[in-house]
Amino acid sequence: MRAVTVVGASLAGLTAVRALRDQGYDGRITVVGEEAHAPYDRPPLSKEYLAGTVSEADLKLETPEDASLGADWRLGRTATALDTAERTVVLDDGERIVSDGVVLATGARARCLPGQALDGVHTLRTLDDAIALRKVLVPGSRLVVIGAGFIGSEIASTAAGMGIETDVVEAEPVPLRKPLGLEMGRLCARLHATRKVRLHTGAGLAGLVGSDRVTAVRLTDGRELPADVVVLGIGASPCVDWLIGSGVELANGVRTDARGVTNIPEVVAVGDCANSDRAHAAEPMRLEHWTNAVQQPIVAASALLGRDYTPPAHHGLPYFWSDQYGHRIQFAGHRAEDSTVEVLEGDVTAFDFLAVYRDPAGTPVAVLAIDRARSFGRWRRQLAGRPSTSN
Amino acid sequence: MILVGAVSEIPAGESVRVQGQVAIAVFNVDGEFYAIDDTCTHQDASLSDGWLEGCAVECPLHAACFDLRTGRPSGPPARKPVRTHEVVVVDGQVYVHETIGTEVEVVGAVAEEVA
Repeated sequence: MRAVTVVGASLAGLTAVRALRDQGYDGRITVVGEEAHAPYDRPPLSKEYLAGTVSEADLKLETPEDASLGADWRLGRTATALDTAERTVVLDDGERIVSDGVVLATGARARCLPGQALDGVHTLRTLDDAIALRKVLVPGSRLVVIGAGFIGSEIASTAAGMGIETDVVEAEPVPLRKPLGLEMGRLCARLHATRKVRLHTGAGLAGLVGSDRVTAVRLTDGRELPADVVVLGIGASPCVDWLIGSGVELANGVRTDARGVTNIPEVVAVGDCANSDRAHAAEPMRLEHWTNAVQQPIVAASALLGRDYTPPAHHGLPYFWSDQYGHRIQFAGHRAEDSTVEVLEGDVTAFDFLAVYRDPAGTPVAVLAIDRARSFGRWRRQLAGRPSTSN
Repeated sequence: MILVGAVSEIPAGESVRVQGQVAIAVFNVDGEFYAIDDTCTHQDASLSDGWLEGCAVECPLHAACFDLRTGRPSGPPARKPVRTHEVVVVDGQVYVHETIGTEVEVVGAVAEEVA
């Protein structure tokens, strides 16, 4: 292998470059990034960066040691096609980058509402999104967040901390129902109340009100919530449209095996765009988690280079965290709809506890903790230590 | 010197957090004591809550690993080392000599048994 092209210059892309070099690859590496920014860390965008307590420089992922990676960065350029026969990545300006191996790390983009875009309506995914949002989130403004998922909840938490009057609209009966279930979602609903954020659950979105600029959010029950700023936190879609027709198998992202390998030899996919087979899971999963973006590229790089690599057992479990309202939520494992949850430690009313999810047979499958990092770490390891299911 | 506690109160594989000028995490690795800054240099997380693996601790938030002997991160996401602090054991009591100053020194600071 003499040349590798990495498409995507974020956490997963940079990690792939590092992993290739760490594993002894000394050929050419070209990294294509749609954004003009060098790789940066996204989690602080909805928290410290939005609050103004960290700067753009603090978000930079590259370290002085990365200077020796010797990668050729093409930032501000978009990949428009992949010719799998030649493993050629075609860029928006017509440039064709021919290589022996391709790493697809194009990530996901924030979902928008259909129809005309109004001023004052934002999404938060990229640094540019955060810069734009930071400009308008000023004390005295009224914010309505659509979606009480992780991004939506974190933005509401940050805004509340800045003294901004905030409403959150959630279609489900509780926040975070899909990842955490009803019972724990109900607990998270109470987090919003601790900072006087008004949470409207089971609330359908009828539309946005305003001619050029948004002035309110209309709910299906007829209520209107006045708004100067609206943030849509309604999920993200994998950036894989450019691969349609390339021959790479797509199904909710790029379909890969457990090592990130696609149906095309020497083409791997990692991070938010990859829908991969997972240990402990019967179905492939596309994970939009930070941790996945730093773990999966190491495995995929080894597959590309034909090397053996066995990741630590606890890397096999999906893991995410969220900082909201002064509390740290951590979750690891695979919760199913038929899982039951039991609080094993701490006090739920004080938002200081650990809860374990079990499958109908009583086997622990996932762990959730708020402000219990130490016990959580132990449970995470313990869950990962059980034998992998092969069904 | 900051009193951490009796040796018997910190079993092997365990850690405690004490407050100096900054929070300090003290670890017992098979009878050897090590102390480092408690706050991960990557993002706000308490290393005393982390997972101990040999002479390294893994941050409970992002799995950044630090060598307890040197404070050096073993790789991304952490970029900066944590400070190490000298640990002494006197009459069965564990004490930390806090490294004063903002400069992070990347030198070995191994627990010293003074019995």
